[in-house]
Amino acid sequence: MKVEGRALRGIVLLLVFGGIVLPILAGFWQTARAAFGVMPALGDRTASLAPWYTLFALPGFATSLRLTLVTGFGATALALILATGFCAAVHGRIGPQAAARMLSPYLATPHAAMAIGLSFLIAPSGWVVRLLSPWLTSWRVPPEAITVGDRWGLALILGLLVKEVPFLLLVILSALGQIPVRRHLAQGRALGYGRGIVWIKVIMPQVYPLIRLPIYVVLAFTLSVVDVSIILGPSNPPTLSVAVLRWFSSPDVNRMMPAAAAALLQAGIVLAGIALWWAGERTVIRLGHWWIGRGGRGLSAEPGLWMASALVAGLMALGALALVVLLIWSWAWRWSFPEALPQSWSARNWIDPSGSWYRALAATVEIGLATTGISLALAVAWLEGEQRVGGGRLRWATGLIYLPLLVPQIGFLYGLNVVFLEAGLGGSMAAVIWAQTLFVFPYVMITLSDPWRALDRRLVAAAASLGATPLGRLVRVKLPILMRPILTTAAVGFAVSVAQYLPTLFMGAGRIATLTTEAVTLSSGSDRRIVGVYAILQSALPFAAYGAAILLPSILQHNRRALTGGFS
Amino acid sequence: MRRTILAALGLALFATPALADWQTTLAAARGQTVYWNAWGGDARTNAFIDWVGQQTEKRYGVKVVDVKLSDTAQAVTRVISEKAAGQNSGGSVDLIWINGPNFLSMKDKGLLYGPFVKDLPNSKFLDLSSTSPNSRDFTVPVDGYESPWRLAKFVFTYDSARVADPPRTMQALLDWAKAHPGRFTHPDVSNFMGATFLKQALIDLAPDPYVLQQPATDATFAKETAPLWKWYDALRPNLWHHGESFPANQSVQNQLLNDGEIDMSMSFDPASAAAGIQQGLLPKSVRVFVPEGGSIGNVSFVAIPYNAAHKAGAEVVANFLLDPTVQARQQNIDVLGSYSVLDPARLDAAEKAAFAALPTAPALPTGAELGSTELEPHPSWMTRLTAAWAKRYTK
Repeated sequence: MKVEGRALRGIVLLLVFGGIVLPILAGFWQTARAAFGVMPALGDRTASLAPWYTLFALPGFATSLRLTLVTGFGATALALILATGFCAAVHGRIGPQAAARMLSPYLATPHAAMAIGLSFLIAPSGWVVRLLSPWLTSWRVPPEAITVGDRWGLALILGLLVKEVPFLLLVILSALGQIPVRRHLAQGRALGYGRGIVWIKVIMPQVYPLIRLPIYVVLAFTLSVVDVSIILGPSNPPTLSVAVLRWFSSPDVNRMMPAAAAALLQAGIVLAGIALWWAGERTVIRLGHWWIGRGGRGLSAEPGLWMASALVAGLMALGALALVVLLIWSWAWRWSFPEALPQSWSARNWIDPSGSWYRALAATVEIGLATTGISLALAVAWLEGEQRVGGGRLRWATGLIYLPLLVPQIGFLYGLNVVFLEAGLGGSMAAVIWAQTLFVFPYVMITLSDPWRALDRRLVAAAASLGATPLGRLVRVKLPILMRPILTTAAVGFAVSVAQYLPTLFMGAGRIATLTTEAVTLSSGSDRRIVGVYAILQSALPFAAYGAAILLPSILQHNRRALTGGFS
Repeated sequence: MRRTILAALGLALFATPALADWQTTLAAARGQTVYWNAWGGDARTNAFIDWVGQQTEKRYGVKVVDVKLSDTAQAVTRVISEKAAGQNSGGSVDLIWINGPNFLSMKDKGLLYGPFVKDLPNSKFLDLSSTSPNSRDFTVPVDGYESPWRLAKFVFTYDSARVADPPRTMQALLDWAKAHPGRFTHPDVSNFMGATFLKQALIDLAPDPYVLQQPATDATFAKETAPLWKWYDALRPNLWHHGESFPANQSVQNQLLNDGEIDMSMSFDPASAAAGIQQGLLPKSVRVFVPEGGSIGNVSFVAIPYNAAHKAGAEVVANFLLDPTVQARQQNIDVLGSYSVLDPARLDAAEKAAFAALPTAPALPTGAELGSTELEPHPSWMTRLTAAWAKRYTK
């Protein structure tokens, strides 16, 4: 059994290494070659630092860099603080099931769709102002104010918060399930600390190690996000990641090499950012030890907690309104300022004579199912191998899995595309599925590993004692018992696949159009009605997947009472 | 006598093969799928490309897949990365909607297939003389490496409900912007529409506009752009968002016009205002005007990359686009509203009548209202303008 487990794990490791790590390294290699001036297609074969000098001399480079750092760190820190405060305030008042149901629309909606809705909501001519004009504000034309695309990136931070706070909430809530919160709270209160202070001094230090990796993922994401930044961020200059994409697609092909240098720099920023955050953790731990050891009482954190909760509620309301307004736009025909609702309605946006959204929908579903299936199979094989070997997680191997989430996509996708083209795989469905699997697999692993490891071993032992083979135990005991978490994992994987923008864009050679690539492309045009259609479909797909994940087990296992609601 | 025979032989050698060639092309094209890479931000263009695909499939067995780009340069980048990977045939891009700097960049780097325009039977409807806009793309000789598709001409659009008398010179525009701060802007200069606005201003303000037809040098650039920068420095603080951020492209700017955040927009398509009204994207009171001295005009083309997988199919599509009935359909305001590139003198009576019978709309300018057409400056001016603008105003 051990040997067999090792073999299984070995195969998966090989697949992960060959399928994830190597392509990323190869991608980085190609990007790095271009960054140091080696681009045979342009006739440049000698390495030089010229692209870097060009990069540093590009107008607005320093501002782009500053914007990236401020919005990335700002959004991550704020999201963490808000999510923690909210959890502290509402923990014990909302059950984990209810919380998951409440959060899933926010998690299911792709970033781009949320950002598009939000940008219309908060613009000076947006829905909020339209609802109040002119009866309250007496504005006949929109006020001269700057909300979307402000030069400090505040709108961008807001857009990131709407998506990242629910994500961290979910992560924190599931971590809290592993800690005896109630008992520690009671003890802390008995010692004379306020509820909020117990959270800060006792609960959070236990939660933090459990959520550290997701926080790094959020940090890496906010430091390198492209689609949200295009829609909500400043444009002159934009954040570094958007600038990189612009330079890669500049008509002046000589911008390609500085673009590659900037893509490498972007990767460096994310790594340095994570290192910096880690150093920050050390400092906070030292200060915290001293502060906790001092044992001060009488300080109240309650107002802060309630403020955080109010802000989170506000963010959730904004997110919900953003989705509603997209739905309205998709049925609108003519809607100008300051009307609160469209002047005329139409189903024309949904009627699609050329079938273009239908094709994009079909491609999205096809790619989503394929990537989810592959990732799920890999994850089950990995976890099963781990258990058969008996315990011992391979920490370094786990680190490899998360690699794609921690290095910015733009750093290696250009180079990866060159690699794929050389292998004759450019622009194919297979290339897109592979590239997306790089990003879907880590999320599938994150979601599935805890419930898998938490499975009651006695059930498996009982099956074994009854003579079930390892395969029989997997198929007839583990998989049915774990059906609910597996389907939830599949839904998460599917949602991640639907939201992928850059991998589809680069690997699909533009030939493979998904709802997300179409939505972001169309949002560069002006038709909010069509964008609304795509964004609604884009949100509806993952939502349907989550719905299926909740409904299917109840239907298929309606006669297995102990399995309904047992794991979550 | 001998000469006649030779001439006849020559004709036999050169004329008939051309026709025979086209038959070969048609035969080779049958069953091909052409990946047409085009900027996808305009729903009507997308619908028109779909229609073209249906027609070519029905008539020639050539399917068209519309690869929607958010920026044409993406297709250029794709061909470059294919060349980088040594993929010199079977490339993923068959046809590109292209012009200006993207064309110059591809032609310079030897990334285009051709010359092929003269092989297209419908090129007989085109004026291909060396001074025609069909033969010079931003002053760069086309040399048959791209085939004309549609006409573009710079126009301003404005909401006549809020602006009674639009400013018709660059100086008047500055005065108007000062009187109405925050109500005017232009697309980001990294976008071709924003760059075109600057070029339009440059042509109107330059001391010697003829110099713009030559490649720019440090000296001529400094001299010709000095009045432009003076004018722009005065204009910028009065722009929307205080000139600190700009709409990404003309569609986004049209959206701002519809939202009432600004009073004026601009377009490279004189019919775009009428089209926008018809689609519910612009207020019904939007109208078009052209600067007093005329405005920049150019032709949009389609080109075939050197490594395209379906060159024959791409040629069939390019030829179909030049069919007089297709050009008339494209000029129809109810369909696309994009002006024809054909030479009216080369059309027969029935073909001319098809154009004359096209419907009109209040926001559709007449030929007289469009004024005279100014030539595009040499591409080096645009490259330098955008770079200089970024240096001055991207901080």
